[in-house]
Amino acid sequence: MSSSYDAMWEKLNLDLEAHAGLLEVLGKFYGDIYMSQQGRLRGMEYLDFVLSEVHGLRIKELQDAKALGKKIVGTFCVFVPEEIVLAAGGVQVGLCAGAEIGSAEAEKVLPRNTCALIKSFVGFKLSKLCPYIESCDLIVGETTCDGKKKAYEIFSDYSPVYVMEIPQMKNACDRELWKSEVLRFKSQVEETTGNKITTDSLKEAIHLLNNRRRVLQRLNRLRAAVPAPISGRDALLINQISFYDDPVRFTAKIEELCDELEERVKSGIGIAPEGTTRLMLSGCPMAVPNWKLPYIIESSGAIVVGEESCIGTRNTRDLVDESCQTLDNMIDAIVDRYMRIDCACFTPNTERLDNIVKMAQELKVKGVIHYALSFCQPYAMEAYKVEKALTKAAIPMLAIETDYSMEDVEQLKTRVEAFVEMTR
Amino acid sequence: MESLCKDETVAGLDIGSRSIELVVLNSDGPLRQVKTPTTFDPLGQCQRLMEGINGSRVIATGYGRKLFAQSFRQVNVSTITEIQAYALGSRFLYPEAKSVLDIGGQDTKVISLSEAGKVLKFEMNDRCAAGTGKFLEFMATALQIPLESFGDYALRSDRRIQISSMCTVFAESEATSLMARGERPENIAMGLHMAIAQRTAAMLGRVGVSAPLVFAGGVAHNPCVVRLLEEQLGQSVIVPDNPDMVGALGAALYGKYGAAARI
Repeated sequence: MSSSYDAMWEKLNLDLEAHAGLLEVLGKFYGDIYMSQQGRLRGMEYLDFVLSEVHGLRIKELQDAKALGKKIVGTFCVFVPEEIVLAAGGVQVGLCAGAEIGSAEAEKVLPRNTCALIKSFVGFKLSKLCPYIESCDLIVGETTCDGKKKAYEIFSDYSPVYVMEIPQMKNACDRELWKSEVLRFKSQVEETTGNKITTDSLKEAIHLLNNRRRVLQRLNRLRAAVPAPISGRDALLINQISFYDDPVRFTAKIEELCDELEERVKSGIGIAPEGTTRLMLSGCPMAVPNWKLPYIIESSGAIVVGEESCIGTRNTRDLVDESCQTLDNMIDAIVDRYMRIDCACFTPNTERLDNIVKMAQELKVKGVIHYALSFCQPYAMEAYKVEKALTKAAIPMLAIETDYSMEDVEQLKTRVEAFVEMTR
Repeated sequence: MESLCKDETVAGLDIGSRSIELVVLNSDGPLRQVKTPTTFDPLGQCQRLMEGINGSRVIATGYGRKLFAQSFRQVNVSTITEIQAYALGSRFLYPEAKSVLDIGGQDTKVISLSEAGKVLKFEMNDRCAAGTGKFLEFMATALQIPLESFGDYALRSDRRIQISSMCTVFAESEATSLMARGERPENIAMGLHMAIAQRTAAMLGRVGVSAPLVFAGGVAHNPCVVRLLEEQLGQSVIVPDNPDMVGALGAALYGKYGAAARI
């Protein structure tokens, strides 16, 4: 199957045949999971389009930007301050991957017992399947977990990798460390892009990215309505696409979608049949095309009304203070905003427990499904404390540990269905 | 949706990986209880079991529940999970039951119940069938003992040896090397049973088991697993007369009384 983008992909050194196979599988998977839904919002057509062009038009835009001298920065973590990249005239894209396809290649350099997310991005690189990775002028890793830390060392044999040190506690000295890391990152980005960050450019970047967070916050407020007006799958997709779409266009499109959603909420129209159980997801991020668990949940008489995850509220909850006037103050505001992230890599991490309970109560869910990727120690271990906190608030929790493979779908279905029965 | 039909005949069907059970209930109680192997043609087996009971309401559970519901559109079929089915069935037989253990052909389930019989918490083994009926079946075959008498055989052991692997493949090679060292096969059988009991006890511990505990599912027929579990837990367990029928019974009860069958 040849495509009008073949020449571009070839230039990016992709394995064309394997890549065509990937797109075919992705298209079918998307059709089964997304296009089969009834009563979707008109605004989702934009998301369908973006996803159908995920390796096409968006990559073309990135190449066009590069031709104009812009630099592309790839990231794997919500800790990397996008404000810095935008203020230096760069483009930031999320590189987290949610497909199993390259894992055989990845296992040549990584232990088998590595989390699926790490295997996936290494696999995409080694199998030459990801045009985003190949478009990047700089790839930013971070020290959130040991698996990622060591994987970046290996990844740097193949791509230009820069690693940020993420603190693991939240004391004053940790904030100092984080601030120095943000400044070091700023210098690196200025060097890569050749552009100095100015007060004006940073102010504008902060405002622009806050707007993207605001529209996603609006989406979250609207979807919290009873009955739920949008499927969890669609809301997850919007969050996923926020990581690689153009932020200005994305914000405008999602604003339109939210207007439509608001109408729906006003007229009390729900997306799922009456009596559908409201559930919340919490835990590891779900990167495109990892829609396995939301699909299982939403095929089991339940609907997902919130994601406590990096591809979810963890990325959108907090804004950067926009009242600062000097560059130094703005950097401090960025440092403070990112220090509020309640990733499981922190110890202790009681903010996350409080946030989960609060969110579950506000969303009026019947239960929480905690999702951990196999071999993701921080989240898998924190599940115990999350369950304790939820039990105290009389909210049932189901802990699921899985990966990107489809072999356990039936077992997961039984568990999820039993959980839905239990919470009725 | 749960139209209750207390006077109607209701069938509960538990389509598991190893066997299919049918329980038919009418207003006087169980009318019929049948068990048949699943084979490679579960739908054909269901068809044969269902002969003569077309027209009644059917509640399907087990791994084949969806397949059955999609294929038998001529009857009024709804589905529930094995978790709910085993909880309802156990609670009907033993109204005082507080926890349920079900070890079937390919998975193990542990369920903790509230005073009112509601499922409070449950756990299932992961995708791998380690420690389930399948494990016993493989090991009985390896030792050339009929599955039905494998438990009694193990109880004839004269010393307890530790089999450390729970993986069916690794445990088999461990058993083979023990045989090569001249260990009595009864002792190896005991070691294999101990491995199951330890794993199950750990799972029960995670869910927080409280007495009385009902042990259902096909593996509850095995006297050695029962005895070792009682040793591990330091309490007696209740094994129903027909432990493998509990899921089908629970499904039929659900058809009759809905989820309220527990009360």
